[in-house]
Amino acid sequence: MLKNLMDWVEYRLPIMRVANQHAIQYPAPRNMNVWYMFGFLATIVLVNQIVTGIWLTMSYTPTAEEAFASVEYIMRDVEYGYILRYMHSTGASAFFIVIYLHMFRGMIYGSYQKPRELLWLFGMFIYLALMAEAFMGYVLPWGQMSYWGAQVIVSLFSAIPVIGPDLVIWIQGDYVISGATLNRFFALHVIALPLVIVILVFLHIVALHEVGSNNPDGTDVKRKKGSLSEDEKTKYKIHEYYTSKYDIIDDIVPFFPHIVLKDLVGFCIFLLGFCYIMFFVPEMGGYFLEAPNFEIANPLKTPEHIFPVWYFTPFYAILKAVPHKLGGVIAMFSAIICLALLPWVDRGKVKSWRYRCGLHTWNLLTFAAVFIFLGYLGGTPQEAWKITASQIATIMYFGFFVLLFIYSKNERTIPVPARITE
Amino acid sequence: MKKVIFILCLLLPMVAIAAGGSKYPLDKAEYDLTDKSSLQSGAQTFMNYCLGCHQMQYQRYQRTFEDLGIPVDLGQENLQFTGTKPGDHIKNAMPTESGAKWFGAPPPDLTLTGRVRGADWLYTYLRTFYAEEGTTFGVNNLVFANVGMPHVLQELQGVPSKTYEKMLVDGEMVDRYVGIKADGSGQLSAVEYDKAVLDLVNYLVYVGEPSRLQSENIGRWVMMFLLVLFVLVYLLKKDYWRDVH
Repeated sequence: MLKNLMDWVEYRLPIMRVANQHAIQYPAPRNMNVWYMFGFLATIVLVNQIVTGIWLTMSYTPTAEEAFASVEYIMRDVEYGYILRYMHSTGASAFFIVIYLHMFRGMIYGSYQKPRELLWLFGMFIYLALMAEAFMGYVLPWGQMSYWGAQVIVSLFSAIPVIGPDLVIWIQGDYVISGATLNRFFALHVIALPLVIVILVFLHIVALHEVGSNNPDGTDVKRKKGSLSEDEKTKYKIHEYYTSKYDIIDDIVPFFPHIVLKDLVGFCIFLLGFCYIMFFVPEMGGYFLEAPNFEIANPLKTPEHIFPVWYFTPFYAILKAVPHKLGGVIAMFSAIICLALLPWVDRGKVKSWRYRCGLHTWNLLTFAAVFIFLGYLGGTPQEAWKITASQIATIMYFGFFVLLFIYSKNERTIPVPARITE
Repeated sequence: MKKVIFILCLLLPMVAIAAGGSKYPLDKAEYDLTDKSSLQSGAQTFMNYCLGCHQMQYQRYQRTFEDLGIPVDLGQENLQFTGTKPGDHIKNAMPTESGAKWFGAPPPDLTLTGRVRGADWLYTYLRTFYAEEGTTFGVNNLVFANVGMPHVLQELQGVPSKTYEKMLVDGEMVDRYVGIKADGSGQLSAVEYDKAVLDLVNYLVYVGEPSRLQSENIGRWVMMFLLVLFVLVYLLKKDYWRDVH
């Protein structure tokens, strides 16, 4: 009976075929380590943001008069509203934590290299959309930092020659940041950008499954059709979509249940941290929820310090490092564009840092340290030494790409093993 | 007149900067959200001395009574003076415009002050008023210089003033600042006053986030559940991966 029903559906909608091709019989390298959890975690956080977001929308009012009060209504009068709100606010920061780790994973194991350039680009577009999404979401509670943060970020567009000032008015929908701005940011935050992100995530995964997952060795688990003996081929059942084109070497496991279980272990650890913050320290010392944002937006009272939330601070530091406004904006966007161009900046043939030159390892680690340092500089009150420091750090940030471009051409590498090593 | 207003407008941002930028060392407020009698006493102080000017417009009386363990009829009788219903928000009848006229700026809503300023700031601020000639309200404050607020708790504390003691430094007698002392005209002793302020701060912190304790209670169960889930998932994962490698 059930079998008949499933067949009836399957004939009309390929549920099992898709499940088999993309999960149950998807070949995943067996040496995927902890660094490979963050994609899964990012998906989970995305779902969390969408679901809690829907429930928050039920009680939130997107007007300048009511927004702040409606958030406090959610915190006080809506049943478990404070849990929904903290899930959403903690989720925003968690999203960037896992995304930054996910991106760094891609960098150290060369996951952006051929044939995964498009996959990397989709990822960068997700990152951009996510930044816009987070920025607009932060405006919605209509606190002091919401208002003045929006003021700072939107005014960046005024640096664009000729059209700048008009563009700012067009974005704001008013001559100043106002209820009209809040309204449109709400629309973009709850419909337009989530839709874009979900579509991009879908494309990101389709592109990933087309070229296959990279792994810490960077060794390809797909070999030319007919090049492997039966002994060398994997014993697991793999979908014919893959086996018809390639021979799959015996270094893989099926995505389900093996990788899913591994991801679930990571998920439990992640949730322990996430729930601890959410239930016990939702403000996270002022990093996830800034204290001035508990004060209603007041256009006549500028806060003593205006900082973006922590995940934007590295770029904010780059912006402030350049003494010229337009120059700062260009530098800031270049910092993101450089990342997107990584597949073409890196001219190396070896993917993983395990088998690349020592300079590459040093370069990657320095880059990570510089990024964190820039985050510190952009998120703490301005001091004289910090201007020089952020200028040096900005040069070092771009220096990573310049160095990589130079040494990757004729790099001394270690031979990559033919089979996965661990 | 217009010139005066213009100059005042120019000065406003400076006042705002002065308000936030105080570097006065703050005393630690050892508040305790589980101490219901402290919260009740804090609520009483708030309703008696603060609510005249400051609202808690996002918090309802009933929620406060329930969380603080006050029966609604008792609460209405002793804490709710404005003839409102238990389900109403904690508001006063002062129009914003009047507040702005009387104090230079409308007295801020205090629902979230515990989260904006922090408990230590509030605890220190309310204990560092001192008498000063020539100010609008006859007092100034060490944490919030030139604050536009009278010392409303003076009835409890007495008239506080900066005190100095004579000290011999390099063979010269100098006045050394030793702190703020009240003149004893208040209803409370110095220790009692500190306690009353601590209770008030406790109440302000509670109203800032009324779900704090409930959140932590649920959180403990969630953490325990996750630990168990982690062990089970880990064992399951180990079992499935036994044959790999």
